[in-house]
Amino acid sequence: MTYLHSIGEYFLMLKGVFGRMTKGSVLKNLILKEIDDLIMGSLGIVAFLSFFIGAVVAIQTALNLNNPLIPKSLVAYAARQSVILEFAPTFISIIMAGKVGSFITSSIGSMRVTEQIDALEVMGINSKNYLIFPKIIAMLTYPFVIAISMFLGIAGAYSAAVLGGFVNSDQFISGLQDEFIPFHLTYAFIKTFLFAFILATVPAYHGYYMKGGALEVGEASTTSFVWTSVVLIITNYAVTQLLLS
Amino acid sequence: MIQVKNLHKGFNGQEILKGINYTFERGKTNLIIGQSGSGKSVFLKCMLGLFKADKGTIEYDGKPYSTFSDEEQRELRTEMGMLFQGGALFDSMTVEENVMFPLRMFTKQKKSEMLARVNEVLERVNLEGNGNKMPSEISGGMQKRVAIARAIVNKPKYLFCDEPNSGLDPQTATVIDNLIQELTVENDITTVLITHDMNSVLEIGERIAFLKDGLLAWKGTKEEIFKTDDASVTDFVYSSNLFQKVRKAQLKGL
Ligand SMILES: Nc1ncnc2c1ncn2[C@@H]1O[C@H](COP(=O)(O)OP(=O)(O)OP(=O)(O)O)[C@@H](O)[C@H]1O
Ligand SMILES: [Mg+2]
Repeated sequence: MTYLHSIGEYFLMLKGVFGRMTKGSVLKNLILKEIDDLIMGSLGIVAFLSFFIGAVVAIQTALNLNNPLIPKSLVAYAARQSVILEFAPTFISIIMAGKVGSFITSSIGSMRVTEQIDALEVMGINSKNYLIFPKIIAMLTYPFVIAISMFLGIAGAYSAAVLGGFVNSDQFISGLQDEFIPFHLTYAFIKTFLFAFILATVPAYHGYYMKGGALEVGEASTTSFVWTSVVLIITNYAVTQLLLS
Repeated sequence: MIQVKNLHKGFNGQEILKGINYTFERGKTNLIIGQSGSGKSVFLKCMLGLFKADKGTIEYDGKPYSTFSDEEQRELRTEMGMLFQGGALFDSMTVEENVMFPLRMFTKQKKSEMLARVNEVLERVNLEGNGNKMPSEISGGMQKRVAIARAIVNKPKYLFCDEPNSGLDPQTATVIDNLIQELTVENDITTVLITHDMNSVLEIGERIAFLKDGLLAWKGTKEEIFKTDDASVTDFVYSSNLFQKVRKAQLKGL
């Protein structure tokens, strides 16, 4: 029952977000700031994680390739598939639910408990639009983050596989081009757009409707992370079922 | 002028406001006093439209605010200023940006015009030269004054203050009370001020409404509040030691 109530409240919030718009010049600055906070601020960790995940996938695959009948280039193929299909879009998004998500929940939540949101409303500002809309727009650039993650993941795989002496460079490159299905990229980016929206709005919901004080802001961030991950995973399942099977 | 008629508000089946009737006059500081938990903040939030009243009407100079749509309410809110219990400054913005915020959102002024107005009000609250500080870098009393500056920068017709001097030393509290009072008279604002501080009552209590058990139990002036026989009012007023002594002195004819 409370879940239904929350879901209803979430959609009402979205309706408010796309309601009366904040003044354009103000909105532009807010969006730029959010891009800086949410996207630019995450590039470092995403790059780091992606590179090493790619590397580990390559090593794991290489170590399990004992059968001489299977070509060595499979290392590259496996790395490409796993990075593009799941590791970059899904795994990185879960990390982002922790990083960006708790940032959004705690920043909106602390504005709620210190009455800053009430202050916006009293001034006649649509606080949902003012606070959440710029985050959604900023997250439209999230696919670039995932593209970088894919690239670095594969670069990591290449480094580990070639430098580790499992395959040579040519074998890796040819494996990378094996049975490439462009639709897999489309699928990955459709997912990414949906994840971007979830990453912006689910944590925002948890911050916007929280009650209590500073302590509860911390709790809300944790709950927000759990729920954002759950929604991401369910969405991932649904999209995969719908588009790939 | 703000007219409140038969205002009811409850939460989860428990009624907090049980039919309030009152008129807040223009150009005056209208005080609402009452014990902690008596519903003062709820009353104020109903007037602002942050809470939806269960029953009753609220009129702003004859405009039926309580039956307005969200959009119409937003429109009217641009004529209101609010000073929150905790200041509610935007902590990601400097003092200057905080004060400029309503101008940036609702006027088409040039940056230089806005800056001039911001400096004018900052000067008015004795904070000139602090524009570039962050809210976290200034004291609680200064934050309150910044909040006042932000509330009046766009020349509101209605000003709401929720315990503007809670947590401040008596001297600063008096400064803030008097500042609000002066601004109210200077700009002919309808000001509603919540307090449970008897010093404020002594200082600026020209119109006082006493809230108890969800009803306005008493109304009058500061002169009257010290003479009334109404037991609930005297209980509240003389719960403070200081005022008990004052009362004793009065009775002794000192
Ligand atoms: N959002 C809310 N949901 C449920 N109950 C609430 C809510 N806000 C206030 N109340 C209840 O309404 C009553 C009055 O609260 P209110 O904040 O108006 O008191 P107050 O007179 O402002 O007290 P104080 O002087 O301590 O600020 C309290 O019992 C409080 O628990
Ligand atoms: Mg209160």
